[in-house]
Amino acid sequence: MNSLYYQKRLSRNIGDKFFTSLSIICALIAILPLIFLVTYILIKGGSQITPELFTLEPNPPGDDLDAGGINPALIGTLIITTIASIIAIPVGVGGGIYLAEYSKGGAFSRFIRFGVNVLAGVPSIIAGVFIYALIVSTKILFGSMYSGLAGGMALSILMLPTVIKTTDEGLKLVPNELRYASLGVGASMYTTILRVTLPSAFRSIATGVVLGIARAAGETAPLIFTALFSYYYITGFGDLFYEMGSLAVLIYNFALEPYDAQNKLAWAASFILVLSILSVNIFSRILAAFTEKTKRV
Amino acid sequence: MEEKLTLFKNRKRFGIEKNIDIIFKNTALVLSSFVAIILLGIILVVFFQSFESFSRYGLKFLVTSEWNPVKDEYGAFTAIYGTLVTSFLSLLITIPLGVGTAIFITEDFVPKFVREIIGSFVELLAAIPSVVLGLWAIFVMEPFFRAFFVFLHNFFGWIPLFSTEPTGRNSLLAILILVVMLLPIVTSIARDSLNQVPKKLRNAAYGIGASRWKTIFSVILPAALSGIMAGVLLALGRAMGETMAVTMIIGNSNAFSWSLLSPGYTISSMLANQFGEADGSQVSSLFYAAFVLMILSLVVNIFAQWLVKKFSLKY
Repeated sequence: MNSLYYQKRLSRNIGDKFFTSLSIICALIAILPLIFLVTYILIKGGSQITPELFTLEPNPPGDDLDAGGINPALIGTLIITTIASIIAIPVGVGGGIYLAEYSKGGAFSRFIRFGVNVLAGVPSIIAGVFIYALIVSTKILFGSMYSGLAGGMALSILMLPTVIKTTDEGLKLVPNELRYASLGVGASMYTTILRVTLPSAFRSIATGVVLGIARAAGETAPLIFTALFSYYYITGFGDLFYEMGSLAVLIYNFALEPYDAQNKLAWAASFILVLSILSVNIFSRILAAFTEKTKRV
Repeated sequence: MEEKLTLFKNRKRFGIEKNIDIIFKNTALVLSSFVAIILLGIILVVFFQSFESFSRYGLKFLVTSEWNPVKDEYGAFTAIYGTLVTSFLSLLITIPLGVGTAIFITEDFVPKFVREIIGSFVELLAAIPSVVLGLWAIFVMEPFFRAFFVFLHNFFGWIPLFSTEPTGRNSLLAILILVVMLLPIVTSIARDSLNQVPKKLRNAAYGIGASRWKTIFSVILPAALSGIMAGVLLALGRAMGETMAVTMIIGNSNAFSWSLLSPGYTISSMLANQFGEADGSQVSSLFYAAFVLMILSLVVNIFAQWLVKKFSLKY
């Protein structure tokens, strides 16, 4: 009769209690620093935000007490990320279309899918080294060495695997009936893809691509010797061929400065970078959850 | 009537449309092969740029730690050792923490919405740029751990790993910031693979009287092992290639030391530090180091993919 009741002293129950508390401790050790990290960045960085931050150039580190603003870096990040997207999105979506719609699981497509995974694992600094050797040191871009254009190319290498993967997987989720119906009424393959399958996979592809862009915006390693850094306003199209600042490189450079004013600027830049990346992530998550719900109905 | 018939007679695709179809397909083909071209390009470019250094130092480059641009002597042992030590030790800390956390959020210790919030929070953290983590490490983590490092040195100084006086920036801090960086990866992949284990297995184990943790250790973890292993390997690849946070906190010194409390170097931090200002055979040596890094991360990644394919769950 007694054996039907829960017995605290039983070794299996003691062991269970022990491991349960162990896993709770693990979770606490893992999560508390992470919560602390995010709140610290948001509070410390948020307190440095002023209107001038968005309009001024950063002052070169020195005895100046005033560090200036981050306008060139902010604009530079936008430009470099845009260049990367302009390269990576068409190439990635096109490649994904081939993998999902045309390939029949042969050796070529298996090799490409394998290559996509390998490329996703290539360290980001290697992408920078590659672009340095290919473009910066050869001065192939109209004689310019370090440039925003080269930085964008380095970032596009990091974005490419994400874009291909999300396109490939998004298209694979489109039901085959849609394709049959379209081909059945006489549409050609490219009309089917452009007018039927691609639009119906649009949301999942867009979510993945936006997440990829957000990730690229925070990358630093590929930029430190391709785009380098610049203290000056971006004034025109020609500036693409010169050194260009970015928020990420600004944080890196100014975090290592011994001056307090520059460090504060780095915190402010981190705040802006983290806030925009997190909000893009949260927004696309909500969007994805929303799509899933509507699909089920 | 007559008109309609001619309409049907000409129901062939226009030549132009056929051509567009073919062009479209081939464009997609070319675009997809860009991946292969870029990948091969990276390998070839880095290899050929490192050729000069490779032919001069050969494999000796991997085991000597002299790095002297004045005398033109280069060896990357310190950086290679630093890369391996920081990534393996950080994984050693991350695996139990990450898997423990993953178990916590897949079991029903707390209500479901709490677990979901924790899960998505951890995933969000993977999106924080590493340069921001580096900034945080310099200004928050380093002061926080300073006293602890002194304690480590005073009481465990007889262990070679803690044998030097702690410096402001050192390898142990790099390991700790890598843990912060890898935790979200390991946790979310481990959670996904634990979630994929079919409910049937758990119910069967409970049905024959196994306790909760007996079920976890003997049924659920073994079933999810391949996924967790793949996640760990991916994290290892990330740790070896991680540049910014490590560069900012490791201290960047090429002097070799067994101690984790002294400044160190990793291949990627060496590249980040020296690449911009290097010239002559130093560039070639840096490319050689980059080649070593690339091979290391390629091997880890390919092994991870093979593992996933070979041992993926078949239920």
